[in-house]
Amino acid sequence: MSAPTYPTARTMSSAERPPRSNARGDRWVGWGDRIYGALITACALAIPLLLVLVAAIIARSAWPAVSTVGAELVTGTTWDVPRGQFGALPAILGTLASSLLSLIIATPLALGVAIFVSELAPPAIRRPFAFLVDVLAAIPSVVYGLWALYVLVPFLREVVMPFLGDTLGLGALPLFKGPAYGPSLLAASLVLSIMILPYIAAVARELLQAVPRSQREAALALGATRWEMVRDAVLPYARSGLVGAAILGLGRALGETMAVTMVIGNRHELPSSLFQPAYTMASLLANEFNEASGALHVSALMAVAGILLAITLIVNAIARWLVWRMEART
Amino acid sequence: MLPDPSRSAVQHGLVDVEQWSVWFGATAALSEVSLRITPGGVTALIGPSGCGKSTLLRSINRMNDGAAGLRHAGHIRLDGADIYAPSTDSSVLRQRVGMVFQRSNPFPKSVLDNVTYGARLNGMTDRRELEALAERSLRRAALWDEVKDRLGQSALRLSGGQQQRLCIARALANDPDVLLLDEPASALDPVATLRIEELLYDLRRDVTIVIVTHNLQQAARVSDRTAFLLAGRLIECDDTARLFTSPREPRTEAYITGRFG
Repeated sequence: MSAPTYPTARTMSSAERPPRSNARGDRWVGWGDRIYGALITACALAIPLLLVLVAAIIARSAWPAVSTVGAELVTGTTWDVPRGQFGALPAILGTLASSLLSLIIATPLALGVAIFVSELAPPAIRRPFAFLVDVLAAIPSVVYGLWALYVLVPFLREVVMPFLGDTLGLGALPLFKGPAYGPSLLAASLVLSIMILPYIAAVARELLQAVPRSQREAALALGATRWEMVRDAVLPYARSGLVGAAILGLGRALGETMAVTMVIGNRHELPSSLFQPAYTMASLLANEFNEASGALHVSALMAVAGILLAITLIVNAIARWLVWRMEART
Repeated sequence: MLPDPSRSAVQHGLVDVEQWSVWFGATAALSEVSLRITPGGVTALIGPSGCGKSTLLRSINRMNDGAAGLRHAGHIRLDGADIYAPSTDSSVLRQRVGMVFQRSNPFPKSVLDNVTYGARLNGMTDRRELEALAERSLRRAALWDEVKDRLGQSALRLSGGQQQRLCIARALANDPDVLLLDEPASALDPVATLRIEELLYDLRRDVTIVIVTHNLQQAARVSDRTAFLLAGRLIECDDTARLFTSPREPRTEAYITGRFG
């Protein structure tokens, strides 16, 4: 679908544009525009520049470890500082596993919240309810961590894990294998899902509310019930944005540090069971930066930071691409 | 003249509006409107902006349901049954009373998916059945020849006039007894408008049509009967020819001669 283009003020080159007289005859008017333009451009450029600088400094600091340890950094499973072994694979996989799990738990819930607020809730309670969900995002990470440590983890250890493992007999599956410690991949994923839920729900709510009334009425007028209208007209219309909302939540989950560190158990082993302790890159950095001994250790931590940054950027790029592809298709 | 077998369908679609009043919050949108819309033919609702003609139209398929502060009194009956009775399922009602809106609103899906949406809601899944229904409905909406080779394409790639006829086809696919149109041509160019009007002329044979229009010439061209509303009240309803040539009410005459509105 290519719309014909007509010359407009925007596409006309400056040569075609009729000269405009400066009614005030004030040459400083032109200067004001230029200074303003330069300032704004500088502000805008500062953001990508900052990202490039951070990446460059991380890369430079990580270089000693990368050149010494090599591919072992991303393939090795042993993290033994005194022996100079820096294999970050357990932390990398732990980050991916906890983030993806939290996304799988949070996305349907967040979508349900968004649908409730924008489509089903009586108008009187829409705003208060949406506000409460937004407040979830304002709770400091360490508070979630404390709650999880003293409430969620004991509950998982004493009720949920025995129920899943023994009562339902899922303990035979590798995913639910092992003793019920409490601090675990499952605990971290659950905390993360609560933490990212308000972000996904808030964006999803805005997207659903932005679906034109005409689309809703089209479905209703053809005999759709309210639920059928949401399913067939509202959700498909917002689909590409909803994918973006979920990935935004994933981005947050990848980098979340404090609450995860408090409940994941911080064990440097490849994550294999939901019930077992694991590790994430962010937790690894938080736990070790303070007592990093020796240049190689610091450099290895920087390398892990670089990997985390790269994964976050790649996830966001994939999100952009998904949204773009879906928009192009309709 | 031989009896046209298709005319039997026009036995359905009798709309009785009895003492119908609607309020949005404290504002009265319609006050005790009584109007009988007989099966078949085209009834035009005219009147200045804000006179309640769209509210009346949307009352007939309960499209106002859920609006903030909505209250109503009186009855609207479709073939004798009260459409606001608690036992009436509004989604079933809306398949009997189709609606086309001011701005065409196809789903961002294929032409085929648009036309067959109502049927799929009712559980029709057989592809050949759906395609046959789509062809029948698109032919009735005089759109088949233009889109038969691109049923799989996005409906958004059709022109504005084609999109509006697609919306009419989509409503017709439910085989409604009544078709409501809310200024269906006001966003279209004159050629596309003419095509819609010709279409309504053909459709009146087998479906009761109610059209809201701002355009008095359009009302005079397409309708058999015209109802004139002013400030939420029905002023006059008569055969279109009579209403436009010798209205009984001075306010009707003032409106159609352009003295206000």
